[in-house]
Amino acid sequence: MTDNTIAPSPWVREKVLLGMSLGEYVRSNLTLGNAVAAAILAVGLPVMAYRILYGIGPATNLSDTNPWGIWIGFDVMTGVALSAGGFAMGTAVHLFGMKAYAMFVRPAILTGFLGYIYAVTGLIFDLGRYYRLPYPMFVSLGVSSILFLVAWHVALYLTCQFVELTPAIFEWLDMPRLRRWAVRLTLGATVFGVILSTLHQSALGSLFLVMPSKVHPLWYSSYIPVLFFVSAIIAGIAMVIVESALSHTFFHEQAARSGVSRATFDRLTLGLGRAASLTLVTYFGLKLLALAHDHNWPWLFTGYGAWWAVEVFGFVLLPAILFAAGVRRGNARLVRCTALVTVVGIALNRLNLSVIAFNWNSPEQYVPHWMEVTITITLITMFILEFRFIVNRLPILHDHPRYRSHQEH
Amino acid sequence: MPIPRRTFLKFAALGLGAAVSSQTQEAEAVQAPTGYPDSRGVLVDLTECIGCRKCEWRCNEVNGLPPRPPSDFEDKSVFERTRRTHADTFTVVNRFANAADPEKPVYVKKQCMHCQEPACASVCFVKAFTKQPSGAVTYDPSLCMGCRYCMAACPFNIPAYQYDDAFTPEVTKCTFCFERTQAEGTQPGCVEVCPVEALTYGKRSDLIELAHARIWSRPGRYVDHVYGEKEVGGTSWMYLSAAPFDQVGFRTDLGETPIPALSRGFLSMVSVVLMTWPLLCMLFRQSAKSAEKDAEGGAPEPDAREEESR
Repeated sequence: MTDNTIAPSPWVREKVLLGMSLGEYVRSNLTLGNAVAAAILAVGLPVMAYRILYGIGPATNLSDTNPWGIWIGFDVMTGVALSAGGFAMGTAVHLFGMKAYAMFVRPAILTGFLGYIYAVTGLIFDLGRYYRLPYPMFVSLGVSSILFLVAWHVALYLTCQFVELTPAIFEWLDMPRLRRWAVRLTLGATVFGVILSTLHQSALGSLFLVMPSKVHPLWYSSYIPVLFFVSAIIAGIAMVIVESALSHTFFHEQAARSGVSRATFDRLTLGLGRAASLTLVTYFGLKLLALAHDHNWPWLFTGYGAWWAVEVFGFVLLPAILFAAGVRRGNARLVRCTALVTVVGIALNRLNLSVIAFNWNSPEQYVPHWMEVTITITLITMFILEFRFIVNRLPILHDHPRYRSHQEH
Repeated sequence: MPIPRRTFLKFAALGLGAAVSSQTQEAEAVQAPTGYPDSRGVLVDLTECIGCRKCEWRCNEVNGLPPRPPSDFEDKSVFERTRRTHADTFTVVNRFANAADPEKPVYVKKQCMHCQEPACASVCFVKAFTKQPSGAVTYDPSLCMGCRYCMAACPFNIPAYQYDDAFTPEVTKCTFCFERTQAEGTQPGCVEVCPVEALTYGKRSDLIELAHARIWSRPGRYVDHVYGEKEVGGTSWMYLSAAPFDQVGFRTDLGETPIPALSRGFLSMVSVVLMTWPLLCMLFRQSAKSAEKDAEGGAPEPDAREEESR
């Protein structure tokens, strides 16, 4: 069977081109979604080049008074929180023994791994001298900084998540012997990942502990480490619900191969919804506790107080109630919609702390430059494309026919 | 049930690793600072300053900032708005209305305060900042990664950034003329040039005494507060003022806790989590496994043998 263009080797054909010839593969990619993605990249990639060649100044609205913008507040703060799914699912399945949820583990770890990759990529655009990335690791160790801890833990956790993904990679490559070794490392990587996640999720918020004069009192609290840790668990669970719902829509062929029936999938989604509801209620309690602890009640009756109420009642308490209602009525659709609201709420919380209510008492307010927004959107697009590329090839949403991958570790 | 040797060793190794890694982090972070008893400072007497901006001009000159003629600094229109430090401006003089005497506005020189326990130095994860025994907080651009955490953390909003430099941007701030003042008898450029002696350079401990002596010897002239004596744990630059400090551009809500102390609680929790989480993880796993065994009526799970042999 010869193609009139270049004939790819059988290996490339099977592993990369999804069993199609090059021509067929290219034609199969001429879709509306890809056209949109291409348009975003056509704008975004030159903007990225512009930031690198001309500097942070012309490409952003950052200033001496507002040194951190959405690349920190969204790409890093929100990105890392929303990538906590691998940690949440790994804990549930490997440590708590909730094996029924095994089908969520690999997609969650892939989401987390790529999420961290793109959080770091976003950070690279924000760093003035990104080429010194190894400095805090090996050249000059500023151990009194919480950022030092974040840097090390994110680097180590990326490695952990990669280790947790290696069984899927070796299954894809048909390397059973290496796969056996990789599977044996999984439990260790999970435990280490849990420790690292506990610390760096809370450390990300703790970066702001040194800024009591800049973070608004309603968001500044000595409880920030706990608040960030608990809300990261919420973000992880909510993202798993959202991501699995999207995957079952957009990769239904892959999801169908998992052999998990729609009814089972809905039942497991309800289980996640129950977990999310309980964690959200706990988080709501902690938010009130933080408020009471610092006697911040009077601030509630200001403009920022109203905004705080929108976040805490609209995006914490309300989803907690909606999740519970969804679980009670067995309405998986309601749980999925609520998960989306929760994800937005987490993003809102991270942005409130680091951007919106940051420097609230300064006359100089930060609004992101269009190039900052463009680069963030481009990174999200690249995340989706890469996620799709991997899910279409590796056994992520389903077991590999030759390996009992999900039950085994 | 006997503890398998490998399990024991694994836990011991984890604990040891955690202890070593967190030891270094805590040792520097949690230790109470001893301070430098001979460190230098500057006492700014705001009642003397006439807003001539000669300090700004001299600062640019001695620090190799873009040279500008002295006449540039005679422009009084800059006082229309409150300015801050920027990449090419290490110090600025701002003008504030004087509630007591509208004829005599208050001029306030702003620059790095050179904190006793600097926030910038404690949050820098590549140790680009150093609190020198002389009092100066210095910056080493050869280490800086440009994360700008120092700028976010500074309670006085002092460090600035060379945003327009695409490849080798640096953080900039007042150097307290660190190099210049190494030689005996020399003073920072701004102190030297001040025509009305609004700035007094000397040992910080002496300056605190001097400040209080001035307040006592001239009742009614000053508010009874030396700004910088205790703010955020004390600063090398200190101010005397006739007007309440919050009316002339100072933040009076910063407290006396040194900023680095705010990270210490979290940092000391890190080692606790590193030490205890492995145990918790194993407990959860073990209890989950035994629950599963009970559910299966004691039948070993298929991969139990593989688990045990690890």
